[in-house]
Amino acid sequence: MRNVVIYVMAGLSGFVVMSFELLGGRMLAPWFGSGIYVWGSIITIFMTALAIGYLLGGRLSVHQPSLTRYASLFIFAALLLAPLITYADTLLEWTFNAVADERYGSLLAATLLFAPGTVLLGMISPYSVRLLVEDADHSGAVAGVLYFVSTLGSALGTLLTSFYFVLWFQMNTIVIAMSAMLALLAVLGYLTDRASR
Amino acid sequence: MIRWMLLALLLAFLPLALAKTLHSERSLYQNVLVIERMGEICLQFTVRVDVRNQTCMKKDHPKEMVFTYTKMMMASLLLMDDPTLILVVGLGGGTLPMALQDVFPDAKIDAVEIDPAVVKVAEQFFHFKPGPNVTVFTQDARVFGKRAAKQGKTYDLILLDAYNGEYIPEHLMTAEYLQETRSLLIPGGIIAANTFAISRLYDHESATYLKVFGKFLSFRVPESANRVVLASNQPFQPPEFRQARAASLEVRLRPYAVDLSRYLNRLDGRRDWNSGAEVLTDQYSPANQLNR
Repeated sequence: MRNVVIYVMAGLSGFVVMSFELLGGRMLAPWFGSGIYVWGSIITIFMTALAIGYLLGGRLSVHQPSLTRYASLFIFAALLLAPLITYADTLLEWTFNAVADERYGSLLAATLLFAPGTVLLGMISPYSVRLLVEDADHSGAVAGVLYFVSTLGSALGTLLTSFYFVLWFQMNTIVIAMSAMLALLAVLGYLTDRASR
Repeated sequence: MIRWMLLALLLAFLPLALAKTLHSERSLYQNVLVIERMGEICLQFTVRVDVRNQTCMKKDHPKEMVFTYTKMMMASLLLMDDPTLILVVGLGGGTLPMALQDVFPDAKIDAVEIDPAVVKVAEQFFHFKPGPNVTVFTQDARVFGKRAAKQGKTYDLILLDAYNGEYIPEHLMTAEYLQETRSLLIPGGIIAANTFAISRLYDHESATYLKVFGKFLSFRVPESANRVVLASNQPFQPPEFRQARAASLEVRLRPYAVDLSRYLNRLDGRRDWNSGAEVLTDQYSPANQLNR
């Protein structure tokens, strides 16, 4: 049960990352256009933030790893991402005025808006490995299933956001829903941890 | 039977066989094709033959406007005195800025086009020439608009034609963009926008223009699937003014095959769209999905 919960949490965190990545393109478009450099900026920042998250998550997993700590990553990510609905435009306007070149403007904007939350979401993958692996023999198998669920979650997040969510909902509604999902996953993690003790 | 099928096949592909590709390039944004066919040079953004061309020019009469929607954009001139500061969003073959430069030599014209390949092709194949009064900005139109507002630029005529039919730039359809564009107009200035008239997008676009401009004019002609929206930040000039404009422009616009007097009775202020359609905003703008 505990392991299933971890896989679900990891898979849905991949879903949320890609949903935010696509929304990022839409948030930046009114200020920096929707050209290839805007997508280049967004993908660069998400990849870099995830990479840093992997490092930090691996580090964190060394000290007293627990499902509760794991769940708190989700809460902090939600707390960093949900307020975007209030301050995104202020940050975007500031960046637009501060940087004349749209390429570097969009790169800076993507960093300010998405890097902190994405670093936290990146920490989830290595931490999941630490919680799931029980012996070295099965570490590869565990990592395989983990990559499977989190990458599949990413694919689903991409598809559903671009095909349906943007057609059905306001952008801010999607931001809140994704943050709420992270928070709910955190609660699921806490409860599971308490139940299994 | 087989013979007829072969003949039909031959006829179907005849236009292709007669067409000569003058230029073909894959730009950052689209495929850019220049094709010569039956005395016309055409700019296309797709290889599919069933999708209409972006711009065509008759080799013998390069000034003549070939497409109805291009002529329809000129109806904006019925609602205002001769323009002096013009913004054209979306260059295509440069037909509109060239014609306007010709007819109003003293007017300053800014043209915005995101794709450098289109600018190059317009110059190379469609006689488009930026000059002292014509400036091309190779930039996203939304970014251009925001920067222009910051610099205090204003226009008395703005022509929006940034949609090539294959993919709609969704951030150029929202109420926020129209509001930004409206803020570039001098009092009484006119915006003409080439819009979609046959999909669900018609309702959404109409609702969006209504929200930003209040009353606007829908302009359609039977021979075109497009609708041109004409809007202003002040009440429109009365019918007598429009008649006088049509008469005064008649001779000047003849080389472009534009007859504005034909359009006088077609500027329609009625609301013929589903009034429940959601306004397109930066928060909600799935224009491409609504255009199926």
